Amino acid sequence: MSRLSRLTVTDVARHYGRRKALSQISFTCDAGEIVGLLGPNGAGKSTLLNILATLLAPSLGRVEYGSLTADAGAALRAQIGMLGHDLFLYPELTARENLSFFGHLYGLSDVAERVGSALDRANLASRADDQVGGFSRGMRQRVALERALLHDPKLILLDEPFTGLDQASTRALVDRLEDRQRAGCLIVLATHDLDVVDGLLTRALFLINGRQSMDPQSGGSLRERYQRAVSGA
Amino acid sequence: MNAFARIVWFVVKKDLTVEVRSLEILSTTMFFAVTVVLMFSFGLVVDGRPLNDVAAAILWVAIAFSGTLALGRTFERERHNDTLRALLLAPADRPALYVGKLLGILLLLGLVELVLVPLIGLLFNAPVIEQAVPLLLLVGAGTLGFAAVGTLFAAMLVRARSRDVLLPIMLYPMTVPVMIAGVRGTAALFQPTPDAAVAQFWLSLLAAFDVVFVILALWTFEPVMTD
Repeated sequence: MSRLSRLTVTDVARHYGRRKALSQISFTCDAGEIVGLLGPNGAGKSTLLNILATLLAPSLGRVEYGSLTADAGAALRAQIGMLGHDLFLYPELTARENLSFFGHLYGLSDVAERVGSALDRANLASRADDQVGGFSRGMRQRVALERALLHDPKLILLDEPFTGLDQASTRALVDRLEDRQRAGCLIVLATHDLDVVDGLLTRALFLINGRQSMDPQSGGSLRERYQRAVSGA
Repeated sequence: MNAFARIVWFVVKKDLTVEVRSLEILSTTMFFAVTVVLMFSFGLVVDGRPLNDVAAAILWVAIAFSGTLALGRTFERERHNDTLRALLLAPADRPALYVGKLLGILLLLGLVELVLVPLIGLLFNAPVIEQAVPLLLLVGAGTLGFAAVGTLFAAMLVRARSRDVLLPIMLYPMTVPVMIAGVRGTAALFQPTPDAAVAQFWLSLLAAFDVVFVILALWTFEPVMTD
């Protein structure tokens, strides 16, 4: 079993001065799950993702990644793949150069081969040597997703992964996430595209004003549960 | 090549590739540095004779100002698409990321200085060719000290809203010793009778500053980059 088989978040809070971006967040999820972070703008979804990515230290509480904590440093970061709301790509570099650069940073041995496969999966092989700055938002999003998954991370963190994608690309992304789920990855994604992720998520975590809201599990679509959670907060 | 050197190499290669394609930092920094030197030369050179020690002071003012511009722009580029977070998320040695960024800035400033130093020689009748070797060592050591602190501060401030204001406020007081040593060492070389012993003294001091600043920056880069 992978060392990152379970993610345990215990009473996590994050404060910026007197402002509380997150308060008392607790949940546990296992490998093979797709967990949705749902909530209105400013609810703390991106802050929580940054904490899970070890880019931000919680003000209170604890995050455990299987047997590891954030103190594990590079050993833990090697198992995390993140797609941010900003895409973490250099617009002056080509798609191939972007992926190769990050492949080398992750110390991958077969970078050229992995990058070739990633570009094929992103359906961008014919534009591989074009600068990313000239791509549409959807194309950049596809390159960014492949960058996040290039090193086969065990924990995948996605912030608004469906932004800018057309219907076919959305379908391809859903298929890709299900494939990673079957491969035993743990996926946490923040999204407003409730209709797209309804049926994809194994669990939803509702965040309202930095606080965890109870999931009204019973009945209805994800959108209806979301609306009940928001109105009940 | 070991893992540390590999990361440094890939970061430098990436920064240079981006710069070669955009020429944004080199062109703005070069233009700014040349403009500073030209403006001072119009005011401070009378009948072809500059005031005492003015060439050394102007050289270091131009290096400091253009260096600040280059530092700001380099990290603004990393902030723009949040790529700094992607670098920090990679399981790479964070000091290696720092050294990679530092070398990229040093290469850019080196190119600017390749134009700046001959221009100072031309406009202020400074003996830059006769004193080429000690001048190269002084400018190299001073630029390293300035950039070592500047790279650390610019990376720290990348997420701060008022980073453009804070960078010079933090950087200049810290690098005053480097600037003083650079100006005094260069002035000793630009005397009618160059004083090699004085220049050597200030160069030794600069080398000591460099060692301290680089070690401190390598030591603190990881903790200061964790929010």
